[in-house]
Amino acid sequence: MLNTKIKKYCKFIVSAALFLIIICVSPARSDALKKVSFIPQWVPQAQFAGYYIGLEKGIYRKHGIDLTIITGGPDYPPSELLTDGRADFASLWLSTGIQMRARGEKILNIAQIMQRSALMLVAKKASGIEKPRDINGRKVGLWGAVYQIQPRAFLRKYDLAVQIIPQSFSVNLFLRDGVDVASAMWYNEYHTILNCGIDPGELTTFFFHEHGLNFPEDGIYVLEETYRKDPELCAAFVLASIEGWRYAFDHPDEALAVTMRNLKKEHIPTTLVHQKWMLERMKDLILSEKGEDAGMGKLLLEDYNRVAQGLKDMRLIDSVPGFNSFYKVIRNNDEK
Amino acid sequence: MKNRGLAFKLILLILSSVTLIFLVIFGYNYMYSRKIIIENVEKNAMNLAKATVNQIDVVLSSIEKVPENLTYVLERSLCAGEELNNLLKYTVQKNTEIYGSAVAFEPRAYDGEKERYAPYFYKSCGEIKYSDLGAASYQYFFQDWYQIPKELNQPVWTEPYFDEGGGNIIMSTYSVPFYRTMAGKKGIAGIITSDISLSWLQEIVASIKIAETGYGFLISQNGTFVTHPKEELVMNETIFSQAEALGNEELRRIGRKMINGESGFVPFRSILTGKLCWMVYAPLSSSKWSLAVLFPQDELMADVVRLNKIMITLGLIGFAFLLVVIVFIARSITRPLSSLAGAAEDIAQGNLDAAIPEIKTGDEVGKLAQSFDYMTKSLKQYIADLTETTAAKERIESELQIAHDIQMGILPKIFPAFPDMPEFDLYATLEPAREVGGDLFDFFFLDDEHLCFNVGDVSGKGVPASLFMAITKTLIKTRAAKDMPSEVVLNLVNQDLSEDNPSLLFVTLFLGIINIKDGTVEYCNGGHNPPYIIRTSGKIEAVETTNGIALGVMEGFSFQSKRFVLNKGDVIFIYSDGVTEAMNSKFELFSEERLEAELYRLKGLPVGDIIAGVMEKIREFSQGEPQTDDITMMAIQYNGSDEAPNIVVTPCPENLPI
Repeated sequence: MLNTKIKKYCKFIVSAALFLIIICVSPARSDALKKVSFIPQWVPQAQFAGYYIGLEKGIYRKHGIDLTIITGGPDYPPSELLTDGRADFASLWLSTGIQMRARGEKILNIAQIMQRSALMLVAKKASGIEKPRDINGRKVGLWGAVYQIQPRAFLRKYDLAVQIIPQSFSVNLFLRDGVDVASAMWYNEYHTILNCGIDPGELTTFFFHEHGLNFPEDGIYVLEETYRKDPELCAAFVLASIEGWRYAFDHPDEALAVTMRNLKKEHIPTTLVHQKWMLERMKDLILSEKGEDAGMGKLLLEDYNRVAQGLKDMRLIDSVPGFNSFYKVIRNNDEK
Repeated sequence: MKNRGLAFKLILLILSSVTLIFLVIFGYNYMYSRKIIIENVEKNAMNLAKATVNQIDVVLSSIEKVPENLTYVLERSLCAGEELNNLLKYTVQKNTEIYGSAVAFEPRAYDGEKERYAPYFYKSCGEIKYSDLGAASYQYFFQDWYQIPKELNQPVWTEPYFDEGGGNIIMSTYSVPFYRTMAGKKGIAGIITSDISLSWLQEIVASIKIAETGYGFLISQNGTFVTHPKEELVMNETIFSQAEALGNEELRRIGRKMINGESGFVPFRSILTGKLCWMVYAPLSSSKWSLAVLFPQDELMADVVRLNKIMITLGLIGFAFLLVVIVFIARSITRPLSSLAGAAEDIAQGNLDAAIPEIKTGDEVGKLAQSFDYMTKSLKQYIADLTETTAAKERIESELQIAHDIQMGILPKIFPAFPDMPEFDLYATLEPAREVGGDLFDFFFLDDEHLCFNVGDVSGKGVPASLFMAITKTLIKTRAAKDMPSEVVLNLVNQDLSEDNPSLLFVTLFLGIINIKDGTVEYCNGGHNPPYIIRTSGKIEAVETTNGIALGVMEGFSFQSKRFVLNKGDVIFIYSDGVTEAMNSKFELFSEERLEAELYRLKGLPVGDIIAGVMEKIREFSQGEPQTDDITMMAIQYNGSDEAPNIVVTPCPENLPI
């Protein structure tokens, strides 16, 4: 009994001593870590697995960043947190970023993480909808604001007159046939529908990127001021994030374990299969269509122009901000 | 198998047959009881599921009545303010199953001004509390309980959901749209709701216990687990996400049937225990949710399995018992048999004194042992007899051999018998059918010129005949005298033989006396086969009969002699009936014809060659058939006399009668 106590005590002393030595020996390293905060758009689901696994695996630390990820959710709009300085980096949709810049808010896109739009419309084949034209005159469920840009452009493109029904984040209205067409994120609601017992073959899907309306979504944003003060920090954050994503795709089980743990901590009900689906879709969306990852995080001018022009057409912005004033290319060391 | 013992064969055959019979009975019993159990389970399961479904439906449909009744009030009166609040409060108070109730108005439908108004009364800590769901933070227009009935224009049960901030209970809401005419147009004025806590429902389903691990679960219209013994599934997973997680396509198929309002009875692997179960599922008619009840197969089959185990145990015990019995029986048969076999082997090796095991069973084996014992005794006796007989036979045989030698000894056996007599050549032979025979021949000179020759055949064969033959030969030799005609010799010999002949034997006899100077033959035939004369011309003549009978038959018979002349080169051939009656395997006789033909063929040859030729022909004819009678042949060739008959012939000592 006494022996074990002494052992424990010894262990404690040794550990404490080691800790002190580490602190003293590497002061420069702890000083070099820069405290930074990041806000994703939503709860810590697999949509943000790259950031969380990066934090978990010390990838940010390796890049000299002491990162705090602020848990997202309906009460934490990232655009607000970014502009009022509560967060140093934020994940925003490209369309949101352009709209903010056009409004004069001094923010910069430093990485376009998603290359493809995951927003889609979905309908039951049983309702007779097989092609865009079939949507005419139907009830279409749309989410608010930023989620309406592509659907409205789609409706205009195909000259469809529909009854728009505000859609909540539940898919039950669609499942009960309260609407004929529903909005869905490929990585989220679409899978929820499948997991309510509807087979993919029973659904008609309209992916906007397949209809010339590829408005890539999640990207990393920073205040112009932050970028000006410490461009190295911004570069480090982007590179670490991309490395985090790469790690998540290479180690999906680890990434999912972290995701599930974080969601559980936040008491958000979910299932492993759903998060797995989401992570797999993230891989589809983040890696370019050819599956290459060399261009990870790049914002293409054509994508920018398409989204900005779309916003202008919808009169959501008055003028298109200059591409170079909006986007700062971060190159990794290899490319230099 | 072939070389195995009787016991092994018995055990193998009987036990394998018994095993087969047992397995068939056992298998049938198992299949049949299983079938009965499954049928019963299906019936009971469906009954249980339907009873539970009814139990739930009764409550749910009574709840459905409440908002439906409220629509009647609200559509017919502009019930508002305190009156509406009291109505709602009263409703919540009076209906114990109802957790809360709200009337949510469409924009401006309440008083023509308010964009949002939704008074809500609910139970909390035993009190009825009020809340306005129209508060800005609660966008009720976009809630499922509002939006779905509104868009569908019909009452709906919502998917179950957690009541946040309430008692952390799972709720479901029954929402009914109500209509009013506003600005001359009839339209939806709002939604009336009743919330129910699903804890009672969970209790009902949780109370379903089948055997040890059987349970019930309820899924909503989306397939979400409303109740399940596995807590983490409830309100979190759907049956389809489970199917995806387990990679179980079948589960997804069953889930789709369940949410489509079908009923069924299917084999199903329990998500909770992983055990194979039978699952019955049936829909709630009110909310279109689906209740499933799982019946663990192994537990329901436990009785059958136990019965089977007992049967197998009993079977094995019976098997062992049968084994012992068969071994016992087999050994009771084989032990005496093998000891008998051992004894038999001993006996076979010549030990007739080997002890035959004493078996007192009285059955076939016992009888066999007795027979064995009797057999050895008989064998012993037989062998003893045989030994004795053999000894006797050997003695007799040796005596017969001696008799044979003696008999042969009394016959002349050196040929040519008279090499210094050129007047004739003589050759004779006798082949007895047994060791000793009844044939005889002899020749001797009566004086210088007369040669007496005879051939006889005693009736019968063997020792008596040979003795009679010896007597006859001796009598002839002693009775024949110089200048005595042949008929007198026969008369005398007949007299002697007939006088004292108790065994009634007789002898046929041909006796001739040849004058070697002129070839005249005086002869008398006593019932013997007539000899042949082979003339130099090639003609074969039978010697004329003298009408004599066999000697020893009739006392005082008077024989008559005759005579014939042999010319130079002629041969007289005398034989016994052993020649003509030699038989082949087809029971054909050699016959006079064949003999005559043979003599004709052999004519001109020396007499020794004629006899050897005939003998060879007879052997050829009989083809190895045993000789049945003595064969005797004598041939004399007369060569003529050129010299004076003054040569004294001294008979050889060998030719003297013994």
